[in-house]
Amino acid sequence: MSVSVASLDISTLQQQLRWRRFRDRIVEACLLIAALVAVFTTIAIVVILVTESLPFFRHVSFVDFLTDTMWTPVFAEPRYGILPLVAGTLVTTMVALVLAVPCGTIVAIYLSEFAKPRVRETVKPLLELLSAVPTVVYGYFALLMVTPFLQKIIPGLPGFNMLSPGLVIGIMIIPYVASVSEDAMRAVPNYMREGSYAMGATRYQTAIRVVVPGAFSGIAAAYILGISRAVGETMIVAVAAGLQPNLTWDPTESAATITAFIVQVSLGDLPHGSIGYQSIFAAGLVLMLMTLIFNIGGFLLTRRFREVY
Amino acid sequence: MAVATELPSSNLLDARTQGALRRNQLLDKVFVAAGMVILLASLLTLAVLFVDLIRDGAGRFGWQFLTSFPSRHAERAGILSAWVGTCLVMLVTVAAAMPVAVAAAIYLEEYAPKNIFTAIIEINVSNLAGVPSIVYGLLALGLFVYKFNLGQSIVSAGLTLALLILPIVIVASREAIRAVPRSIREAAYALGATRWEVTAHHVLPYSTGGILTGLIIGLSRAIGETAPIITIGALAFIAFLPTPPVSGEFPYVNFTWLSDPFTVMPIQMFNWVSRPDPAFQVNAAAAGAILLAMTLLMNGVAIYVRYRFRKKINW
Repeated sequence: MSVSVASLDISTLQQQLRWRRFRDRIVEACLLIAALVAVFTTIAIVVILVTESLPFFRHVSFVDFLTDTMWTPVFAEPRYGILPLVAGTLVTTMVALVLAVPCGTIVAIYLSEFAKPRVRETVKPLLELLSAVPTVVYGYFALLMVTPFLQKIIPGLPGFNMLSPGLVIGIMIIPYVASVSEDAMRAVPNYMREGSYAMGATRYQTAIRVVVPGAFSGIAAAYILGISRAVGETMIVAVAAGLQPNLTWDPTESAATITAFIVQVSLGDLPHGSIGYQSIFAAGLVLMLMTLIFNIGGFLLTRRFREVY
Repeated sequence: MAVATELPSSNLLDARTQGALRRNQLLDKVFVAAGMVILLASLLTLAVLFVDLIRDGAGRFGWQFLTSFPSRHAERAGILSAWVGTCLVMLVTVAAAMPVAVAAAIYLEEYAPKNIFTAIIEINVSNLAGVPSIVYGLLALGLFVYKFNLGQSIVSAGLTLALLILPIVIVASREAIRAVPRSIREAAYALGATRWEVTAHHVLPYSTGGILTGLIIGLSRAIGETAPIITIGALAFIAFLPTPPVSGEFPYVNFTWLSDPFTVMPIQMFNWVSRPDPAFQVNAAAAGAILLAMTLLMNGVAIYVRYRFRKKINW
C-alpha cells in the first residue's frame, strides 16, 4: 500500500481504491459462503436422514415402527418397533437428569450468589473439564468402576444396566447445566438482589425467590441443553448398558438406546442400501425428532414462565 | 455482596420473626455447604477417574505400547496405528474447521446486516451445537462416504469432526472478535481503511488469543469423539500405517494418506473395553489414560493461552 510520492496522482489513487473495494467485495462473498456452511449442514442433516430412511419405511409400515414392542432387525423374522430403543433412551436420560439437574442448579446458585469471584473464576474452568473427558473414557468408568460399586449397594444388579451409565451421563452434564444457568443468574440485575437484601432477606432467600425466578428462562435453556446431551450420548451407554433392546422402564435392567443401536450396527459390515443401513438412518431420524421435541417444548415452557424485568 | 448478619436479640422482633430469621440463616449455611460438597465431589470424581485409569493401565505404559500395532495377544498389542490415525485426522479437522469457522465468525460479527437472513444463520449455528454427535456420523456416512465417494477414510473422518466442532469454534471466535473495542475499528476507518483491511490488520490480530482458545477447546472435543467415527465405518483392527504424508523424495509431500483406512485412539479403546478378556481392559485403561491426559493437556493449554493474551492486551 506504500505509494511513492511521484505516483501520487489522482488516477492511480482511484485505480487503487477501486481495486481495494473490489477485493473487499470478493472477501465478503467468501466470508458469507463460510457462514452459510452452518445452514448447509442443517439442511444436509435433514435431507440425508429423510432420504436414506425413506426406503426403510417402504419395508416397514409406519404404524408397526411406532407401536411394535420388539426391535430385532437381525433376526430371521425381523421386527422393527422403535419403542424399546426410545424407552432405553428415556430411562438413561431420566437417570442422568435426576442427578444433574439438582446438582447443577445448586452448584450454579452457589457459584453465582455465594462464592467469592476468585473461587468462581478458578472453579468454573475446572468444572468444565468434567465435560471435556472423552465419552468412551466415561464408558470405561461406568462399566468397570461405577457398576461394581453399585452392585455392592444393590445386590443382583446385572453387569450391564442403565443406572450406571445414566449416573455417569449425569456427572458429564453437570458442567453444562451449572455453567449455562450460572451465566443466566449473573445476568439478573444487581438492583433486584439489593432490593431483596434491603427487605432483610438472606442470601438463600434472595437466591431462591429472586434470582432463580428472574433467570428462569436461562436456567430452562441449561436444562434443555443437558437433556439434548443426555439423549444423544452414545459411547457411555454403548459400553455400559448392554446392547440388547429391551422394553423396560426399570433402570436396573440392561437395555439399548437409539444411539447404542446405531453404534452396534455400524460396528458390523454395513452394505450400502441394506435394510440395516437404512434402519440406522430411521433411528437417527427418531433421535433428531426427540431432540427437536424437547427443544420446542422447552422453548414454549420458557416463554410461558419468563419474568420480564 | 450484602449479607444479612446476625441481629442482636431485641424486643423489636417478636419470637416468631426471630425464629424465621434464624432458620433462614441456617438454610444459608446449609446451602453453602451443599454447593461446596457437590463441587468437591464432582472434582473428586474427575481425579478418581484419572488416578484409577493410570493405576489400572500402569503395567502397559511404555515404548512398546506406543510402537506396536493392535494384536490378538493383549500384552503385545499397542496403539501405534491409533495415535498416528488420531494425529492425521486432527490435521484434516484443523485444516477444514479453522478457516471456515473464523471466516463465519468474521462475517457474523463484522459484515452481517441485521436482518432475518443473518438471524437464520445465527439460529443454525446455535442449533448445530445441540445436535447429537452421532447424527453428524450419519450425515457423514450418507454424504461424505457414499455421495461424495470419499470412502471410510481419514479425510471423511476429519471433515466429519470439523463439522462437529464448527459451532464451538464459531461461537468462541465471535466472542473474541466482539471483545475488540470499537475505537480500534473507528481509528482504522478514519485513516481510510476498507472493511477487510480493518478486519485483517487490526481486529484479527487482537482476537487471535480467543480464536486459538476456541480452536483448541474444539479439538479437545474432537479428539475424544468416538461415535461419529464408528458410524462412518472406521475399523478397530488396523495393523498398518497410512502412507506417510512426508517422504524423502520429490515432491516430498503427498496426499494419498487422506484416502487411507485408519483407526483412532477412542475407537481402539472402545474395542478393548468391550472385550470380555480382562487383559484387554488393562490396555483400555492405558489407552484411556493417555487419551484423557491429551484432552486435559489441551484444555490446560487453552486456559493458559487465554490467560496470556488477556494479560498482554491493555485496551
